[in-house]
Amino acid sequence: MKINTLFYTIKQGFVNIFRNKWYSLVSVATISACLFLFGLFFAILANFENILKTAEEGVSVTVFFHSEADDCASHEEGQIPSDQRIAEIGQLIASRVEVSEVKFLSDDEVWATFGPDYFGEGYAEGFPENPLEGEDNYEIFLSDVSMQNALVTWLQSIPEVRKINYSEMTASTLSGVNLLIAYVSMGIIVILLAVSIFLISNTVAVGISVRKEEINIMKYIGATDFFVRAPFVVEGMLIGLIGAAIPLWIIYTIYNYVLNYIVERFAILSGFLNFLSVEEIFDFLTPVSLIVGVGIGFLGSIATVRKHLRV
Amino acid sequence: MIEEKGIIYLNNVNKSYSTGVPALNGINLTIGRGEFVFIVGDSGSGKSTLIKLLLRELTATSGSVYVMGCDLAKLKHRQIPKFRRNLGVVFQDFRLLNDRNVYENVAFAQRIVQTPANEIRRNVPAILATVGLAGKYKAKTKQLSGGEQQRVALARALVNNPSILLADEPTGNLDPKNSWEIMKLLEEINEAGTTVIVVTHNREIVNAMQKRVVTMKKGVIVSDEEKGGYIDED
Repeated sequence: MKINTLFYTIKQGFVNIFRNKWYSLVSVATISACLFLFGLFFAILANFENILKTAEEGVSVTVFFHSEADDCASHEEGQIPSDQRIAEIGQLIASRVEVSEVKFLSDDEVWATFGPDYFGEGYAEGFPENPLEGEDNYEIFLSDVSMQNALVTWLQSIPEVRKINYSEMTASTLSGVNLLIAYVSMGIIVILLAVSIFLISNTVAVGISVRKEEINIMKYIGATDFFVRAPFVVEGMLIGLIGAAIPLWIIYTIYNYVLNYIVERFAILSGFLNFLSVEEIFDFLTPVSLIVGVGIGFLGSIATVRKHLRV
Repeated sequence: MIEEKGIIYLNNVNKSYSTGVPALNGINLTIGRGEFVFIVGDSGSGKSTLIKLLLRELTATSGSVYVMGCDLAKLKHRQIPKFRRNLGVVFQDFRLLNDRNVYENVAFAQRIVQTPANEIRRNVPAILATVGLAGKYKAKTKQLSGGEQQRVALARALVNNPSILLADEPTGNLDPKNSWEIMKLLEEINEAGTTVIVVTHNREIVNAMQKRVVTMKKGVIVSDEEKGGYIDED
């Protein structure tokens, strides 16, 4: 395609929008509404996910080992691990995909942590020996809470392991909520996109009927299919682009305002609710919204042009 | 070589629409390069169907249609635009783009065939001068008289240098003075080498111009005369 034909096609795409301004306006407004909702959902969900993720990061599995301090009946011979074996098990745990972090706590460290909590600063006075002897453990943090059961099953298969502490409900609730949010948001977004494609398609169809005479003249003069169709596709893509840019600007403004408002007025919330910054949201939302806007414009117009414009 | 038979060559062409009524029935017609031909006949005689066949807007039910040596039945959909660039078309209702000015209407035809911008700037004023509209290139088409609008249509049809000009009732909406001016232009265009085919009902013009006249009636060519005249029905 020659460069002046390219410019002509783009110019005609703009001209189509203005010639057909009311339908274009309705299309832009609808896509804006759809992508506004999409952006809003995304901003809320991304923050919710982030808060859940922070909560997930706090979910841990604690694994204890057999020791000399245990009752003899509780373990068989050879199940008491050496320090070297405990270190080996630690490496095996750390190498698993679902594990994000492993912390080893010796029984002395455990006592030093819990002693003051339960008995105050003079906790050591009544206990000449460490009452938590043999409570060496690994605290395991997960990268994906939904894989907690797989990790626990594997840990249970290690003969040296005496006890595993974990919360099944927390993990299943968090992963369930995550999944529900993902399904609901995907469903809503798919419906909104379908509505947008339908509306762009209608706008382009009206544009084609308005320009029927011009298209006929073009056919008689010897315009190629591409030359006749391209301005309508450009029109659809421009509507999509404008329809995406408007909600991005609105969401940016609102998100910034709300974030500042919460931080200023409800400072206590920001202590345990970790909100994403406007940059973190828009690093993803900007390209996705623009691609989706232009994409639905392209799909809606190309489908209509193929259907209504057999030149 | 088929074109040796004529720039336009129809061999036993039949065309029936879905109603089954034959619009053209056994048409044989040869038009040589550089000829000026009137096609006359009453409504329903098949003139418009003939023009549509030549433009490859329709295909023949049977028989062959060759234009510039090209068998139109074998033309693929994607080849049609390039084929049509050999033809200039003018209609009774002008079919101009009323939201654009005279210059833009003519330049539009050049843009469609992807003529470079500097050539468009050179060609459009030249062709507007040929049709006598050099001073009106900025005017909106609605501000022009019928005769002037048909001149713009002619300029648009000619700007891409077609080998054949098809004029379907070009004077149908014009007064006698403007009709004569348009016919004079068509004659000049023909003298410059373009094959001109004019479908018309205008008896006075056909009789006065003394050109080849093909008369059609009910889908059949009933007369084909060099320097012919308008044959009345009955």
